[in-house]
Amino acid sequence: MSDAPSIAAAPADTSLTGADVLLRALVDQDVEHVFGYPGGAVLPIYDAIFKQNHLQHILVRHEQGAVHAAEGYARSTGKVGVVLVTSGPGATNTVTGLTDALMDSVPIVVLTGQVPTHMIGNDAFQEADTVGITRPCTKHNYLVKDSDDIARVVHEAFHVARAGRPGPVVIDLPKDVMLAAARYVGKEEVVHKTYQPRRLPQEDRIERAVDLIARAQRPIFYVGGGVINAGLEACQTLRALIRETGYPVTQTLMGLGAFPASDPQFIGMLGMHGTYEANMAMHGCDLMICIGARFDDRVTGRLDGFSPGSFKIHVDIDPSSINKNIQVDLPIVADCGEALKALLSCWRRRNHQMDEVRLAPWWEAIKGWQSRNSLGFVMSPTSIKPQYAIQRLWHFTRDLDTYITTEVGQHQMWAAQHYHFDEPFRWMTSGGLGTMGYGLPAAMGVQMAHPDSLVVDIAGEASWVMNMQEMSTLVQYHLPVKSFILNNSYMGMVRQWQDFFHGNRHAESYMDSLPDFVRLAEAFGAVGLRATTPAELDDVIQEMIAVKRPVIADIVVDRAENVYPMIPGGAAHNEIMLSPEDPSAPVKGSEDGMQTV
Amino acid sequence: MLYEHRETVNELRRHTVAVLVDNEPGVLARVIGLFSGRGYNIDSLTVAEVDQAAHLSRITIVTTGTEQIIEQIKALLGKQVPVRQLADLTVEGDVIERELALAKVTGDRGRLIDALRVADFMGARLIDRTIDTLTFEVTGSSEDIDSFLTLLEPVEVSRAGVVAMARGPRTLSPAA
Repeated sequence: MSDAPSIAAAPADTSLTGADVLLRALVDQDVEHVFGYPGGAVLPIYDAIFKQNHLQHILVRHEQGAVHAAEGYARSTGKVGVVLVTSGPGATNTVTGLTDALMDSVPIVVLTGQVPTHMIGNDAFQEADTVGITRPCTKHNYLVKDSDDIARVVHEAFHVARAGRPGPVVIDLPKDVMLAAARYVGKEEVVHKTYQPRRLPQEDRIERAVDLIARAQRPIFYVGGGVINAGLEACQTLRALIRETGYPVTQTLMGLGAFPASDPQFIGMLGMHGTYEANMAMHGCDLMICIGARFDDRVTGRLDGFSPGSFKIHVDIDPSSINKNIQVDLPIVADCGEALKALLSCWRRRNHQMDEVRLAPWWEAIKGWQSRNSLGFVMSPTSIKPQYAIQRLWHFTRDLDTYITTEVGQHQMWAAQHYHFDEPFRWMTSGGLGTMGYGLPAAMGVQMAHPDSLVVDIAGEASWVMNMQEMSTLVQYHLPVKSFILNNSYMGMVRQWQDFFHGNRHAESYMDSLPDFVRLAEAFGAVGLRATTPAELDDVIQEMIAVKRPVIADIVVDRAENVYPMIPGGAAHNEIMLSPEDPSAPVKGSEDGMQTV
Repeated sequence: MLYEHRETVNELRRHTVAVLVDNEPGVLARVIGLFSGRGYNIDSLTVAEVDQAAHLSRITIVTTGTEQIIEQIKALLGKQVPVRQLADLTVEGDVIERELALAKVTGDRGRLIDALRVADFMGARLIDRTIDTLTFEVTGSSEDIDSFLTLLEPVEVSRAGVVAMARGPRTLSPAA
């Protein structure tokens, strides 16, 4: 890039190699843990790692696991997660994780080895066009060809990963560049002149927003992961603002924990598997205050039926998230924390108070919707209902220092519905990309960052098997992650859609010959537990918590259970299906439902 | 209803967007990938370095879409790390747009004389000739070039794509 700071002033330390400079830059960026897997092109870096004590390298069993671990690490700490992999297959194996981090705005830096510069383009052994392959699935990427650029690029990469809407950055490092002599530049000497996203809101828009907030009859806060990305202070400001207004709040899958689930103003998650009250309130509101969410299709349902009568305020740091799916009336491009601070101080400056009389009819309507008990399910004396299993898990872990990750599918939605998050940074799930196999390696990253906490991967057996090789990593590093597998022998969400939209034809969604998870745990050197009846469940959960080793808890659950409520594809929020018996279920088996993803 | 409501415009419009970028490897692929990855149209695209000392290139993109898509394209371009400055010349005021084309004509003497008349009438320059071919260079708006080519009926055409800037004192320069 053109704005390389002058490094003429830096002391010429010719004893450093590119690999030394790389590690020094990482340490300078406060990196303590690197998730990685060695190979030919990165041997100089591994040699440099061998000779130092500042960074700990965690040897994963597959590069995809390294990226998800870094994501879990980043999302549970607010720090940048770091990955180191070799060229070719090492780099291509990171693509799923990079895309996942891009969709869910997770700050990570992925260092990939590359063949020596003179061999690039020659179809060399383990060569891949890493910057070409990762360009659409990163926020930015670099190929470093001059060893004197290494330190600057690393510092820039951390800035880009963190600034604005966070995301993944790849640095491709040819082997000869790592071996060459290199000069070091400190992070304070590198200021990215051009990439400085706007953080502060426009004051006139804040004033206008507060005008509208103060006189709304049927308001709702719609809060997403952007608030969590903005940090703990942003979450505290959010809580203060929502409590002072007395308005209802719903959160997206990614936003859970920003506002406490146990607060009566929280009316549940919204969207495809959100609560009836949250979706009906979104549909019927007159003022929607969206903070750090992006009107994802899982949230909006049918676009022309989405909250038709409301004025929409949208706070987001990413200008391209505004007016992408839904036209909003008052966009505010800013960091959520800064915008919330401005909204709260304007609200207080004008002495606005909660107006219970104005809000009474709205809360009454919401209470009516809440009385439908949309998350209800029918208990069974003989088989474990997956919802019940999560309720019991919550019961035993709510007062502990607990972090939850998930895989993708039915169990993920039940976890979002029935595990109630009161704090941010406690919930790691793959929302945008929907990556099966995310939860176990993500939990590994979380446990690395929080060695004394309880980390549980609420999993489905099909997803869990996708990255189960990481059990071996957990055992090696004494990471006592708990895999809480809701085992129904099906890809449950696939089977559910086949039930609804494809005439109950369960094409390839049943898995025969699953492993015996208890013996599998033992084979890995971990602890295996199993519950098959509701009576056994509590003991298994308590034992799982008590054991200070990695555990696989095989919770054999009801195979036929489906996730409700559900807004089927092509339906609007007010066309939500509450149960299999719901006579209002309108579009079961419809063309619309079949055609949406 | 309590609040005013905004009309959504679904009419397709042609926009010329000028982008000043750091001239680093892959920057063009980044911009093009953004269009192909999201299914947006590129009607024409030109790129060349405009400031050698500062390593700045200027990309001119002509694209067609609804207002919402054009806004989305600008937001996506604007957040790319190497993008320094961006202007939607179409909405910001009067714009000067020019394109260059080369066109080759073959045929007998009568055909070539006709071609010379068309070229003279449209202000094209003859830049190469053999006994049975003529090659012209023409600059002008895309519409001027379209009409020249319609009249000329050439056997081969090469067009450079649109370059553009704002009329009057407005300039596009890198943010401080």
